[in-house]
Amino acid sequence: MKFKPKATFSPYLLWIVLFVIAPIGLIFYYSLLDLNGDFTLANYRNFFTPAYLTMTLTSFWYAFLITFFTLLIAYPTAYFLTKTKHKHLWLMLVIIPSWINLLLKTYAFIGIFGLYGPVNAMIEVFGFDPTQILFTDFSFVFVAVYIFIPFMIIPIFNALDKMNPSLIYAARDLGASAFTTFRRVIFPLTIEGVKSGIQVTFIPALSLFMITRLIAGNKVITLGTAIEQQFLVAQNWGMGSTIAVFLILIMFASMRLTRKKKRGGRA
Amino acid sequence: MRSNLTTTAKVYLAIVFVILYAPIFYLIFYSFNSGGTMSSFESFTLEHYKAVFNDNRLLVILINTTIVALLSALIATMIGTLGAIGIVSMSNKKMRRTLLSLNNILIVSPDVVIGASFLILFTMVGIQLGFTSVLISHIAFSIPIVVLMVLPKLFEMNTNLIDAALDLGANRRDVLTRVILPYIKPGIFAGFFMALTYSLDDFAVTFFVTGNGFSTLSVEIYSMARAGISLTVNAISGLVFVVTVGIVVMYYLITKRTRKSGEV
Repeated sequence: MKFKPKATFSPYLLWIVLFVIAPIGLIFYYSLLDLNGDFTLANYRNFFTPAYLTMTLTSFWYAFLITFFTLLIAYPTAYFLTKTKHKHLWLMLVIIPSWINLLLKTYAFIGIFGLYGPVNAMIEVFGFDPTQILFTDFSFVFVAVYIFIPFMIIPIFNALDKMNPSLIYAARDLGASAFTTFRRVIFPLTIEGVKSGIQVTFIPALSLFMITRLIAGNKVITLGTAIEQQFLVAQNWGMGSTIAVFLILIMFASMRLTRKKKRGGRA
Repeated sequence: MRSNLTTTAKVYLAIVFVILYAPIFYLIFYSFNSGGTMSSFESFTLEHYKAVFNDNRLLVILINTTIVALLSALIATMIGTLGAIGIVSMSNKKMRRTLLSLNNILIVSPDVVIGASFLILFTMVGIQLGFTSVLISHIAFSIPIVVLMVLPKLFEMNTNLIDAALDLGANRRDVLTRVILPYIKPGIFAGFFMALTYSLDDFAVTFFVTGNGFSTLSVEIYSMARAGISLTVNAISGLVFVVTVGIVVMYYLITKRTRKSGEV
């Protein structure tokens, strides 16, 4: 393009320097400081103690569970959605709940899972005693999956929608069963959508902190909860930054893993 | 494609939709409950809605949230659109790819990390935590999504249009305002609306960079929810739902109209 804007481009470049590069740099810098502001590696040594490593592993385990169940529910939904008559209208209806404030949706579950809530009322109908569902890891995973479902459906829907349907007919004509068609044709062709879905679920699932606080009642500690704890409660920015450094490293790794294949751009 | 769903598929979709909407309607249903709980419905009342509108503090927070959302979306759209144009017009391919990767960092960054790093940044620079810090943060995390919404439109644009405009004697300003911007308008709109929803939906970043005196709706709901069930929150949900659906319908109509006028 011959058109070369210079002055109009500078706010954007300034933004990159100030709000993308500088914050990451500051996090690394602070991870090397102790409470008095002196240089130390103690935070990293701390991170590799069993307490923090267990926390990291459980956080990974929960994020994995959340991503797995979200994918399990979202993929068939997206698949069936592409087959409905007014598919874009239906997709819109999936997107609307994702635009309702996250806090409100989480708050709803405090009532739903509460001791006198509808779920316990149903349990009683079947003759069981009401139990505390709130503040368990089940409720945490359930609410997180609920929150992420729309974000997983959208990229998978788009990938399925782009797929040429004649490929499926061809597979069928060549004698592939429904399952084989799915495994060998449909799934590989929509893997990019699945990858972006996983990306928008897994990393946020590692760093959720308000759902753990409101729904899991401090029973579940994720990397996000730990960072919030260190920064806002313990006021230990050094340790908080160290955990954040690991979250950033995981993020870069996932960016690399889920990177889309290069499409031909214009010079 | 004709609808060829099996009954199982229909039942499955129905269940998913019920689960997606049930919590929202559950909240709204109990917002009309005269009893104070979310478990037993006593009788219909609008008192919780009245409570929202009589609570001056809550109204200030609602106004704050709206102002931050509109202002940050507007500024982020301006910076992001010009940024996207700048990225596309770069001749150095490697630089362009680097910029795009940097652009995407904030989109995939966990909110907690963005919040924590901005908190460090503001404290170091000496910006008072409050309206300014929240507004700046919202602008900062909305810019990359605007860029991503505008870029496809720019790539789709035929460069001959710009050459033609330049040949016909247009200066750079004319090219920008009379050729490029009108062409990428749908992308700019999409970016603006995304920025708006990002800002309205954000909790974690705001939670980190907001001081004592300033609060947005998300942060306020969080502290109310931590204190337990309050049907005022339910009434807020009712209002938020109506506004959200309103925005979605508006966005739908606007994009439909621009799409139509683009085709003519």
